[in-house]
Amino acid sequence: MLALIIGLPLLGAVVLLPGGGLVDRWASRWGHWLGVATVATSFVLGLVVFLGFVGDPVGDYPFHEYGWTAQHLWTFLEVGDVKVGADLYADHLSILFVLLITGVGSLIHLYSVGYMEHDDRRRRFFGYLNLFVAAMLLLVLGGNYLMLFLGWEGVGLASYLLIGFWQHKHSAALAARKAFVMNRVGDMGLLLAMFLMIVHFGNLNFSNVLGQVAGYSDAVGGPPSETTVTLIGLALLLAACGKSAQVPLQAWLLDAMEGPTPVSALIHAATMVTAGVYLIVRSGAIFEAAPVAQTAVIVVAVVTLLWGAVLGCAKDDIKKALAGSTMSQIGYMMLGAGLGPVGAAFAIFHLVTHGFFKANMFLGAGSVMHGMDDDVDMRHYGALRKMLPVTFLTFAMGYLAIIGFPGFSGFWSKDKIIETAFGYSPLVGALAMLGAGITGFYMTRLMLLTFFTDKRWQDGVHPHESPRVMTIPLMVLAALSVLGGLMLAGGWITDWLRPVVGEAHHEELPMPAYVITLLVFVTVAVGVATAWFTVGERFVPRKAPADVAWPVKAARADLYGDAINDVLVVQPTMRLAEGLMVFDKAVIDGVVMGQAAATVGGSLQLRRIQNGFVRSYALSVLGGGLLVVLALLVVNI
Amino acid sequence: MTTFQSPHLGYDLIWPLLLVLGAACVGIVVEAFVPRAWRYVTQVLLTLTTLAVAFGGTIFVATGLDSRGHGAAHGAVVAEGSVAIDGPAVFAWGLLLIVAFFGVLLFAERHLDGGVSAFSGQAAVLPGTDAERRVGERGLEHTEVYPLLLFAVGGMLLFAAANDLLTLFVALEVLSLPLYLLTGLARRRRLLSQEAAMKYFLLGAFSSGFLLYGIALVYGYAGTVRFGGIADAIANTSGQRGLLLAGIGLLSVGLLFKVGAVPFQAWTPDVYQGAPTPVTAFMAAGTKVAAFVAMLRLFSVAFGGERWTWLPMLWAIALLTMVIGAVLAVAQTDVKRMLAYSSIAHTGFVLTGILGTGASLGDDQIGATQAVLFYLVTYGLMTLGAFAVLTLVRDAAGESGELRGWAGLARTSPVVAAVFSLFLLSLAGLPFTAGFTGKWVVFASAMSGGAWPVVVAAVLTSAMAAFFYIRVIVLMYFSEPVAGGPAVAVPSILTSATIAVTAVATVVLGVVPGPVLDLAAHAGDFIR
Repeated sequence: MLALIIGLPLLGAVVLLPGGGLVDRWASRWGHWLGVATVATSFVLGLVVFLGFVGDPVGDYPFHEYGWTAQHLWTFLEVGDVKVGADLYADHLSILFVLLITGVGSLIHLYSVGYMEHDDRRRRFFGYLNLFVAAMLLLVLGGNYLMLFLGWEGVGLASYLLIGFWQHKHSAALAARKAFVMNRVGDMGLLLAMFLMIVHFGNLNFSNVLGQVAGYSDAVGGPPSETTVTLIGLALLLAACGKSAQVPLQAWLLDAMEGPTPVSALIHAATMVTAGVYLIVRSGAIFEAAPVAQTAVIVVAVVTLLWGAVLGCAKDDIKKALAGSTMSQIGYMMLGAGLGPVGAAFAIFHLVTHGFFKANMFLGAGSVMHGMDDDVDMRHYGALRKMLPVTFLTFAMGYLAIIGFPGFSGFWSKDKIIETAFGYSPLVGALAMLGAGITGFYMTRLMLLTFFTDKRWQDGVHPHESPRVMTIPLMVLAALSVLGGLMLAGGWITDWLRPVVGEAHHEELPMPAYVITLLVFVTVAVGVATAWFTVGERFVPRKAPADVAWPVKAARADLYGDAINDVLVVQPTMRLAEGLMVFDKAVIDGVVMGQAAATVGGSLQLRRIQNGFVRSYALSVLGGGLLVVLALLVVNI
Repeated sequence: MTTFQSPHLGYDLIWPLLLVLGAACVGIVVEAFVPRAWRYVTQVLLTLTTLAVAFGGTIFVATGLDSRGHGAAHGAVVAEGSVAIDGPAVFAWGLLLIVAFFGVLLFAERHLDGGVSAFSGQAAVLPGTDAERRVGERGLEHTEVYPLLLFAVGGMLLFAAANDLLTLFVALEVLSLPLYLLTGLARRRRLLSQEAAMKYFLLGAFSSGFLLYGIALVYGYAGTVRFGGIADAIANTSGQRGLLLAGIGLLSVGLLFKVGAVPFQAWTPDVYQGAPTPVTAFMAAGTKVAAFVAMLRLFSVAFGGERWTWLPMLWAIALLTMVIGAVLAVAQTDVKRMLAYSSIAHTGFVLTGILGTGASLGDDQIGATQAVLFYLVTYGLMTLGAFAVLTLVRDAAGESGELRGWAGLARTSPVVAAVFSLFLLSLAGLPFTAGFTGKWVVFASAMSGGAWPVVVAAVLTSAMAAFFYIRVIVLMYFSEPVAGGPAVAVPSILTSATIAVTAVATVVLGVVPGPVLDLAAHAGDFIR
């Protein structure tokens, strides 16, 4: 069953990707529908597995005999004592991801049918999308870290292919490369973590590794030391930073918006970038046992959630503003994941609701671009609510959800994380709350610039509503954005995830929970009001003004993220590479070429022995024979 | 009164060998009585059937062996002690028969050269005369090559199983004489071919002299020609040691000559180049298999007690062979000649494997016999394949080995270029090819024998050797084709099948060597 869930999209990719004129003609008419169908079928299968879990009783943490299904496909590799199987594994956590990936994935596939209608390479696009879905499903359904890693690399590849899908644009090709390279840095972390696990646990299975860390099963060489666990935790965090665009590996996400908008919605908002959160939550036992690594997660998370929020304020490109917001929201999830069992459940909760409302808004942005001739500059929008009523209304639902308007899904999920953060430390809580305020500001600014204020359209642009195939997914996602909060009803989400993340032990809050809620609401309201008075009430120039204060300049330049990378990493690496080049040319090549020259010279000399005269050959046999016999006699007598 | 005792031959064990020799005799009768038009078909079918039945028989014999002995060595000494049928012997038999089978397929190929085989129409006519032209017009060909091949195969089978010095010598001659003849039978470039045959014969006879004299000396020392008896004599330290040492030295010369080890390699390039390519393929693979198994048997059974006498000599010769073979290959401009030098280098690698003889082994370590047998499998198959590909690239004068002509071959014939690249990479010993696994096992064996200096040198030599293999690949893929260069002829199913099977085997032995390694391990040790 689990193999089928992954296999269907993979099959789609296999059918759709190979080129050739025949397949092109054959598959271009229905290829995209095949893409939609495979993912939708996987969703149905995922739903069946999910419903199978619902009836199960809730048991103990961590891995025990109920409420999960595993599948051993074959032995992947067996080296010495290390044996890693191609195992699939579904539990309460992964099945939520499966539903999110395939559910939102189906809607985005559907939307793409309309969005990519005029693209010659639509078949290929759907092949890549299917490949991505398959890899992402493998990531969350893998039963050990190696399987997870395969999926991890797979989504990296699919992401690269899709960001650079319009490879004729130089910027897209560059962005794809940047994303790939930065992700590789994170992948290194995951590899290091796996190596450490093999060394210390001799195993990569979740159950063995996590069980040993948590002390549930006997470790081979005694319980692992805290240093070891901390190192593994930090390596995993590095991996998560790469995939989830967390500081310091955040710089690729904004550039990744060069990809087609459905890609941004599916991969760079709803699913792939949350893989890091999945990794941290899945490895919760490791972070529980390593307070240093846990603190590192929280620091990274808080920095990122503010970093992303600040970026979101300064961007005029609607997709980049949303990307900044994504970065920030994932920061919230990481924060939750770093706060231990109780936070982890809320992190996943926020991850799911964010998946809904962010996919909704990205697709909405795509719909706006569709109507505005692919213009992404919000300074060229304005007053679009009349022209694009469906897009406007659905977008508004997403907007209210993300700023945390009471009753909408984002309100419940974000509020819970901030509340837990206050329980951990008032400072972290306050910073998280500040982030919420900034969210209110930049989202309102985006909303106003796009749908309200005056028309600032470019000449010849005639905004129009998108076709039904694009608006239906919008409506479904909007409904989910509103109702996603229902998962919290009766504490369902925490109960559901308890077998995976563990029992929550409540921290004492510094103030009553409703006070925190109120404070958050007020902060958000201040943010919204600020946006209203600075953006809504003023004239918006069609060109971004240049004489702005330095914080705005810094934010427009992605807080100098690229410059920092350049100075700290790129330049020194270049220096090193240049130095090594010189060394390589002068020393290594010199030695190699010298040897080669000597060999050729020796060869040319030696071949003279092979003169073709049989008498010389006989002489060499005779000489050799004498030598052998004499040597034997001399040495041994 | 003494009554005549009929010798116990053990027909149930040696019948595959007798079958091959018997079929060779039948082949001669066929030559005499079957009409010319039918000879080709009759001979090819007879030869292939014989080899296939003998192969089946070998498997049957091999499965029967297990019940006779226990422990690592199993088998029986038959024919009054002159032939040993044991694990390594039947393993070598199987391999030799496979090599011979595909050799016959290459022999029988008639599509490449306008409907005639690679062999001369009438070897007796002088090259460049009218008589030769008339023979060509009549479309004559020598079908004697098939019985000759069977005789050679019979000699090889006996060589690998010989358990006394005289049988060893007889087997050597039985395998060599047909090969001398076959070498001189090329249809194209006949002078070169005849010259090669002459050289091969003269030098072969010369080296046989060494071998015989060695046999005489060892007999003088031990008073017996049986391997087991010699070992006993060494254990009892009876006799004059000087005789033994000189005998070992001279015997080594004879055997090392056959495998083409330095400094007895001089004949190899000339003969490999001059012989018809199918003969070269068969000879390169078959002779080495037989000679190495015979050498292993002689050294480990008869001279096992004097291990530290001859091992240092083999160290030196292995080293020299690898280095000289690889260095000389670098300067070659002819693909066939380059492969000949490469086969010299490979001889060095096999010798490396022998250096592990008698070493005490851990549980999962590889013994010398196992390593050498496995290496011979990989080497035999990839050599057959590489030479088979060589027959395809032709110009007006026949096969074209001239390296320059191979430039850009990948443009015109991507499949041939790809397959040849595979064989070259395997010969170079790249991972995931048979050559890599083979090198790995012989090096492992040498390491367990403490011969790490040789292994270091061997690894360095492999790197050097990679140069000339990969140069051909670079030439085929990254150079512009030359005008008027050779073209690739389309072969019949015979050659295609040979190339396909050896190519698949090259990959399979590189990726999943386990079963064949187990088989080689199962062959166990030599019996006494």
